[in-house]
Amino acid sequence: MAGPIVTVQEVTKRFRDGTTALDRLTLNVPRGLVFGLLGPNGAGKSTLIRILATLLRPDSGMARVAGFDVTRSPGQVRTCIGLAGQLATVDDHLTGRENIAMIGRLYGLSRRDAARRTEQLLQRIQLGAVGDRQVRTYSGGMRRRIDLAASLIGRPQLLFLDEPTTGIDPVSRQDLWRIVRELAADGTTVLLTTQYLEEADQFADRVAVIDHGRLVTEGTARQLKDRCGGSVVELEVAGLLRSRALMVLEPLAARHIADRDRIVLPAPDGPLTLRRALHLLEQDEIVPADVALHRPTLDDVFLALTHPATAGRPT
Amino acid sequence: MTSMILTHTGVITRRNLLANVRLRDVLILSTIQPVVFMLMFLYVFGGAIRAALPAAAHGEYLYWLVPGILAQSAVFGSAPTAYGLNSDRTSGMLDRFRSLPMARSSVLAGRTLADLLRNAVILGLQLLVGMVLGFRWQNGSVGLLAAVGVALAFGYACSWVMAYLGLVIRHVEAIQAAIYLVVFPLTLTSSVFLPTRTMPGWLQAFAEHQPITIVANALRGLILGPAALPAGHTVGGAVLLALTWTAATMAVFVPFAAGAYRRIG
Repeated sequence: MAGPIVTVQEVTKRFRDGTTALDRLTLNVPRGLVFGLLGPNGAGKSTLIRILATLLRPDSGMARVAGFDVTRSPGQVRTCIGLAGQLATVDDHLTGRENIAMIGRLYGLSRRDAARRTEQLLQRIQLGAVGDRQVRTYSGGMRRRIDLAASLIGRPQLLFLDEPTTGIDPVSRQDLWRIVRELAADGTTVLLTTQYLEEADQFADRVAVIDHGRLVTEGTARQLKDRCGGSVVELEVAGLLRSRALMVLEPLAARHIADRDRIVLPAPDGPLTLRRALHLLEQDEIVPADVALHRPTLDDVFLALTHPATAGRPT
Repeated sequence: MTSMILTHTGVITRRNLLANVRLRDVLILSTIQPVVFMLMFLYVFGGAIRAALPAAAHGEYLYWLVPGILAQSAVFGSAPTAYGLNSDRTSGMLDRFRSLPMARSSVLAGRTLADLLRNAVILGLQLLVGMVLGFRWQNGSVGLLAAVGVALAFGYACSWVMAYLGLVIRHVEAIQAAIYLVVFPLTLTSSVFLPTRTMPGWLQAFAEHQPITIVANALRGLILGPAALPAGHTVGGAVLLALTWTAATMAVFVPFAAGAYRRIG
């Protein structure tokens, strides 16, 4: 039982149109954690999940789930996993209850066991009251919860959640995270992909960043931030003065983050770096509109790691 | 393992049938359509071609048309197999099924079986409407039941062709075009609506040997008796030929469809 639940070694996947989705990716997922897979669109996150869920065969390399090789023993892999999120779906014209029970039957549960588990899961996702309505009358968040319950009915050791919160309301989102936390507490490993960094920051025990089909970095959110160099100073400088400010702050390795319109610089000495930066600006009579000193967010890590070239240059 | 396959196939069949029943507009329209087809051909063609009919039709186009339209409906009724699989693929339902520890054959078996049952209901309805309009079978009720069986068997074989098309063609519009391209010319150049005798020689040669004519002939033999068949044909021979086509179609397209399902990625 010990050892990682997912082992990926040098896995490569190319598509017919010539794009390389995974480029000799190597990655381990320890048991019993919520593991976040981060990366921009097209980084290869979904391709990796599709390979691990036995939906897609890798071109080369080796991938194991719960000790079973995904290409050689796909049947065994399938008994250990649940798939939810963007990749999977629920049936519109079945009721919520029928959807969950159907998947239970396909996992091999008897009719009675499937019905009993379905009731438990409906309670857990708090949709017992509407379980007999057809899914097409549900909101996006309700659908997602039915989808999650259906993927849990086989008691998977490993649950894949592909972009689980994309397009659902904040309340459903909170609910979903509550269930994910409970699952992890019960010993289920959850492998999730998300584009919301704050979610991974908040809910994932470990995070892997992948880009262009390769592993960029992996660790706890805290380790990733530390690797990025402790605290950061963030400054807001109005349009015309910005390039001047960047020039003045160049000795401190300042850079402009375009999508937030902030100047960010590493602050290895904490407040002392902040004082130094303000001093440099004052000599040029530049007064920033806003100043902050904080620990880097995963956003900062992500940007620094996936766009080192553009992030380092003023735009 | 075998009982697991049966259970899974049953679960999938039920799921597909429920979709049929619960999509009420689709249910109503797809039931009305075959009946409208039958009425249309009956009243448009009926008067003009009475003289061309064999004696077994008793001078009634309806007698000729009903067995033919059963053959046509069996073929048309297989098209939903393609649409159903395509929509399951697009929605992600196939991915969910493929990630489950279930027999992969159950998805295709459950889909084709649900469409077979649906087809049985539609054929029954057409027979009923035909009877209300005055159609009577001439060769005993065993003959009639055997005819329905042959029609459904051929329709089931066509479902596997459609399963293949539904899995290898990505866009639903393209699937529709492919089906129209094959099914419409094949039914019109057959004996479904008119005896092939009046067609030009080259077309007649094709029309007499293509599978829909062969199935329609077998149904006519079983429903109206040997006199409804072209000279030299026997009912047994016609049925055997129809079943051979059915078996051959399945022998080719069951593995094709299964292969296409395995290759989804």
